Amino acid sequence: MSEAAAGGGSEALAPPAAASISVHGLTKSYGEVEAVRGIDFDVAPGEIFGFLGPNGAGKSTTISMLCTLVKPTSGSATVAGFDVNDQRDSVRRNIGLVFQDTTLDTYLTAEQNMRLHAELYGVERELVAPRMRQVLEMVGLWERRKSAVATFSGGMKRRLEIARGLMHSPRVLFLDEPTVGLDPQTRSSIWSYIQELKRAEDITIFLTTHYMDEAEYCQRIAIMDKGVIVVLDTPDALKASVGHDRVTLQTDDDDAAIAEIGDRFQITAQRSEGAVILGVASGEHFVPRLFAELTVPIRSVSVSRPSLDDVFMSYTGTTIRDAEASAGEQRRATVAMFRRGR
Amino acid sequence: MATTAAPSEARRPGAGAPLPVPAVHVPAGSLRGDLRAIKIVWQRELIRFSKDKLRMATSLVQPFLFLFVLGTGLSHLASAGTHGVNLRTFVYPGVLCMAVLFTAMFSAASLVWDREFGFLREMMVAPVRRSSLVLGKCLGGATVASFQGVIVLCLAGLVGVPYAPVLLLEIFALQLVLAFTITAFGVMVAARIKQIQSFMAVTQMVMLPMYFLSGAIFPVSGLPQWLTILNRLDPMTYAVDPMRRLVFDHLNISAAARRALDPGVTWWGWHVPTLLEAGVVAAIGVACLFVAIVEFSGRE
Repeated sequence: MSEAAAGGGSEALAPPAAASISVHGLTKSYGEVEAVRGIDFDVAPGEIFGFLGPNGAGKSTTISMLCTLVKPTSGSATVAGFDVNDQRDSVRRNIGLVFQDTTLDTYLTAEQNMRLHAELYGVERELVAPRMRQVLEMVGLWERRKSAVATFSGGMKRRLEIARGLMHSPRVLFLDEPTVGLDPQTRSSIWSYIQELKRAEDITIFLTTHYMDEAEYCQRIAIMDKGVIVVLDTPDALKASVGHDRVTLQTDDDDAAIAEIGDRFQITAQRSEGAVILGVASGEHFVPRLFAELTVPIRSVSVSRPSLDDVFMSYTGTTIRDAEASAGEQRRATVAMFRRGR
Repeated sequence: MATTAAPSEARRPGAGAPLPVPAVHVPAGSLRGDLRAIKIVWQRELIRFSKDKLRMATSLVQPFLFLFVLGTGLSHLASAGTHGVNLRTFVYPGVLCMAVLFTAMFSAASLVWDREFGFLREMMVAPVRRSSLVLGKCLGGATVASFQGVIVLCLAGLVGVPYAPVLLLEIFALQLVLAFTITAFGVMVAARIKQIQSFMAVTQMVMLPMYFLSGAIFPVSGLPQWLTILNRLDPMTYAVDPMRRLVFDHLNISAAARRALDPGVTWWGWHVPTLLEAGVVAAIGVACLFVAIVEFSGRE
């Protein structure tokens, strides 16, 4: 997948003076729950910037604040040069939004949804038809424009939402989990549309995802966990920073194995998803020693190069799936509070 | 239209160069922008209504029940008091209001659906005033509800009411006002209620008493005091009463029958004129609209 990574370069993009998105000390609390606890970052114009983290990490709350849907508790942010607190309408005019849940009117046809959007955003009348054709063709839905959205598959709806979000030529496009709930094939087609879009339009793309493989498409990634950004860099730089291979073991007694590995090799192993995981500088050379010295019977072993999963693990001390499991409880509490407050 | 390009070659991703569509520029907020927003939200109501034949049919069930089942079934029982006027003719003005009532409330309910299915969000993030969205919604609801009213209006001949153009126009105008007020009321309620089941429960709880207290099925004079008070507090009263007056103006009936069946609404003995009654309905509508706008503007 990594050959598809946008830009591909390992050179960190230094945000220029006129950042497309600029965030300083942004926080959001829902009562007692601190969903976002003070984050800072800049996104350069034309960048594909990804927010990676488990559900409940604060990604959607951050996106909602940047889209002026949620008022920050404190801190400041500008999007396309406009302040999200004081210039809400200017921000809204310059952004496109694709939410996690569909916001289409399924009674209407694709074309009617697009026209409705164009009217709400005041797109010049003579540009509505050509622009609609352009964006619908980009996502391959031009032939289906007369069909009611209710007849669309999940992937088609998501593509239509992306096209609609582009209808008014926004300078920043926000995609909140653009591929969640889609099958792998549709997910990869959504990504090719996003990459195509990057080539065709002068646009900054800000997205959130909790799929590690998708984060590879981003030029830079911020890993978010429990309301803070734990690290921010290019995917390649992040993987290089881990600097070790991952060894995954299946043993007869995981606790004994973890203790023994600590004693003999001075390496802290962790238990995750029913396996023992440890990081070592050179996996191939470590495995023979492991077999020779470990007394706990080993059932299987695998060695892998650092992936974004390992990056996530090394910065947060847990895998993203485990983080999601534990964040589940907290998220439900946050959602409940959000619902009540809404 | 300025489609100079043949953009079909860019159908697949990776097809290359950007298309020569001029850059779209979203203008700053303006009256024109808000008018466009009002118009498109209004249009959406019409499109959705026209696609929903089932809804058109089902919202006619209740008016038909009242007009033909209740009106026919009770006619013998009531004949002693109606001075020879058919009971169906008597309840007809109320049914004209009822057709509007249910459709308008249903239009407002779609706002709760919009919230549940996410579409409300698409409107809420648009760079237009919330008041434009709410106003468009209310005008849309008023339009479809009045259309439903017109269907019942077409039945006038069946209950002995003449098809006089002036009468039809006056009735339609009154239906429009009522439809707007009911939609605005519904939208105001929908701003607070998040679940469709609760919304339906609340509106049922409000609509039926409003209908029964309004004098749609009985004359509003000579009632016990408690019922008179409730009747005068019911906004529907001020739609049903002028509606009946308009209809009875075009009927050829005795003065005694007119006095008995169409006594008119009084405030402490003072006869409330038709225009003031319509004004009361409109004023309530504007007040509800205002509250709805405040509620929708306040939220994120």
